[in-house]
Amino acid sequence: MGQQSSHSTAAGHNHPKYLAHHFESMEQQNSSGKLGMWLFLGQEVLFFSGLFLMYVLARMFYPDTFLAAHELLDWKLGALNTIFLLTSSLTMALAVRGAQVNSQPQMYWNIVATIVLGGAFMVVKYIEYSHKFHDGLLPGHFFDAAKAMHNGVPANIPGAPAVFFAIYFIMTGTHGLHVLIGMGLMLWLLVRIKRGDFNSENHVYLENVGLYWHIVDLIWIFLFPLLYLVR
Amino acid sequence: MESNHNNVPQSAHAASAGGAEPNYINAHKGIWSWMTTVDHKRLGLMYLVGVLTFFGLGGIFALLVRTQLLGPIFGGASGKQEWLFSGDTYNKLFTLHGAVMVFLVIIPSIPASLGNFFLPLMLGAKDVAFPKLNLMSFYVYVLGGIFLLFSIFTGAVDTGWTFYTPYSSTTSTSVVSAVMGVFILGFSSILTGVNFIVTIHKMRAPGLTWVRLPLFVWAQYATSLIQVLATPVLAITLMLLAIERTMGIGIFDAKLGGDPVLFQHFFWFYSHPAVYIMILPAFGVISEIITINSRKQIFGYKAIAMSSVAIAVIGFLVWGHHMFTSGQSELASAVFSFLTFAVAIPTAIKTFSWVATMYGGSLRMNSAMWYAQAFLFLFTIGGLTGLFLGTLSVDIHLHDTYFVVAHFHYVMMGGTMTAFVGALHHWWPKMTGRMLNEFWGKVSCFFVFVGFNVTFFSQFLLGTKGMPRRYANYLPEFQTWHQISTIGSYLLGLGFFITLIYMIQSLINGEKAPKNPWGGLSLEWETDSPPIEHNFHGQPVVNNGPYEFPEIDHSKSNRGGH
Repeated sequence: MGQQSSHSTAAGHNHPKYLAHHFESMEQQNSSGKLGMWLFLGQEVLFFSGLFLMYVLARMFYPDTFLAAHELLDWKLGALNTIFLLTSSLTMALAVRGAQVNSQPQMYWNIVATIVLGGAFMVVKYIEYSHKFHDGLLPGHFFDAAKAMHNGVPANIPGAPAVFFAIYFIMTGTHGLHVLIGMGLMLWLLVRIKRGDFNSENHVYLENVGLYWHIVDLIWIFLFPLLYLVR
Repeated sequence: MESNHNNVPQSAHAASAGGAEPNYINAHKGIWSWMTTVDHKRLGLMYLVGVLTFFGLGGIFALLVRTQLLGPIFGGASGKQEWLFSGDTYNKLFTLHGAVMVFLVIIPSIPASLGNFFLPLMLGAKDVAFPKLNLMSFYVYVLGGIFLLFSIFTGAVDTGWTFYTPYSSTTSTSVVSAVMGVFILGFSSILTGVNFIVTIHKMRAPGLTWVRLPLFVWAQYATSLIQVLATPVLAITLMLLAIERTMGIGIFDAKLGGDPVLFQHFFWFYSHPAVYIMILPAFGVISEIITINSRKQIFGYKAIAMSSVAIAVIGFLVWGHHMFTSGQSELASAVFSFLTFAVAIPTAIKTFSWVATMYGGSLRMNSAMWYAQAFLFLFTIGGLTGLFLGTLSVDIHLHDTYFVVAHFHYVMMGGTMTAFVGALHHWWPKMTGRMLNEFWGKVSCFFVFVGFNVTFFSQFLLGTKGMPRRYANYLPEFQTWHQISTIGSYLLGLGFFITLIYMIQSLINGEKAPKNPWGGLSLEWETDSPPIEHNFHGQPVVNNGPYEFPEIDHSKSNRGGH
């Protein structure tokens, strides 16, 4: 930075605290951060698109399996989780709004609410998963129809139920991993909010976590009908 | 760690450089300053060391493969005479050669090393948009490399670099470690791509409009788009493959209810665009080298820039040409074949533009230019034979033969690696502050060019005669051409070995490089050789295009360059 000193001192006192050395202005820094996040989200869409294509193909191969196997998923729990995630997207948006209007408490408590709702989603997911484990409704080699029948679950499904449950676990598992990562990022946000890092001028990190959280939400909006509401 | 430099007096750093202003290499000392650096130039250099190391390793695997094929391995019905390696070992060797060369060498070669180093310099920026992310990409690359190489010690992989199912989901070799390595390497590639796109959009110097960007930047931009949009599909594919192996989920294995052709679709949806990740930066390099050494405005600037983007876009829609024999529908094959031909158009636009740029120019035949000429020859052969393979009826005969092997080596090795080594000659003075030995540069280029053609042209002949790829053994009538090919590979290896020697010599006692040895106009030539830590003194401002050389308007009799 020394070489730029004449330039920097000229700008010296209005050089914002959060401006990294290689950017010229907060506007440049913020728009770079946001563009980077959008590109990353594009990457996320392509990442999940592979899973969705896998779903389409398997459903084409085994329509009867999908129709019968989805009955073994609890759509009420899925719907509850949809409500949790949609609400968490609202609280996330409110947190970003909090940054825009320089309201520390609005940011903080909305992020807390988002984490709680994300946690609730994971708890419900845990309940669902443990039922599936208990009944042997597991992917691939681990699928155990006899165990399920023994537990009173009608698992005499035509076609390839092991493939259905593989797809169920892989898609919801990958999504769940994204939820956990999002919650981790928000814990880090809480620390930074407490530190007073974010305000109307500097909140691109908060906004980027928000964008990420919305896409995680959006993916669930597709997963829920595809897996729970097959007709 | 960078932000506190405001408070450090410059003289504190200057002492070590004997009074001269410190450059990016000696501004900070110690291994830790390298391990934690967020300087794009240092990261570019670290990638370069990594890429060259793996290039050496992959090259050794290649020479072992070729040595095996020297024969004599064909035995009678009584039993096979083994020469050097067993068939199993041979399978592992060519797999490692392919996987290392593709994922650890060619894909990161130009973008991660030279792209990192020169993109911000060409843009007049102090760094890439996300320096810390850049450092992270590097460590992700190292981690991926460790996973990939770890598989060598746990039984290696014998699937070929393509990891085709169902063999890859059933073989007893160490597939999971290898595919996790490639999975991780993919994220390094994605993050680098994101970083570059944002950098090009947001970090351009005042006056540096899109049509004033050096063509290397345009090529990097198109490359980064592919890296960001194609690589995640490979990631999910390999993740599914790893799960298939461990849990038998029945996605790719027909025995369990899956579809092996789905794997091929997934794999090539990434891996064909990946071919353009490999070749587009090479196109950018060639645009720079040829134009600067022709002392002429480049022919068809916008056509070259746009053709990079066109290749990136069309390149997403041609993956099915790897699967003409997989049983995909005839209609799909015909469409993929047509689109494959369509890619040839923007590619040819580039090739013709480079030749037209040289026409009537004042050519300076330095060693970088020699490599660029080698590129033109080899890439043209590689590209045209690609059209043979894109033709449905011809491909049925040539599929999985040595013709394919020769074709993609002409593109990947003759194209990308030749351009990469040429680019190293071109930018070495800027990166290291030392000149390379021009005479030995040309000697090495000669050996590379001749060795390469001897190695791979003979493989075109082998392929048309029906020699299948990936076999450890062959029929007696193929032996002569195999032996010629192997001898060529030794010449090729010698060429690169010579390069290594004079590069080390240059680092030790090479002639000091001036700021702008080739008379380039793009911004990387404005700063010192090697560049200062923050790239430029003050913010550079751009007033003209990258190839408007001052001598252009003068008479054409000014031949011979410097």
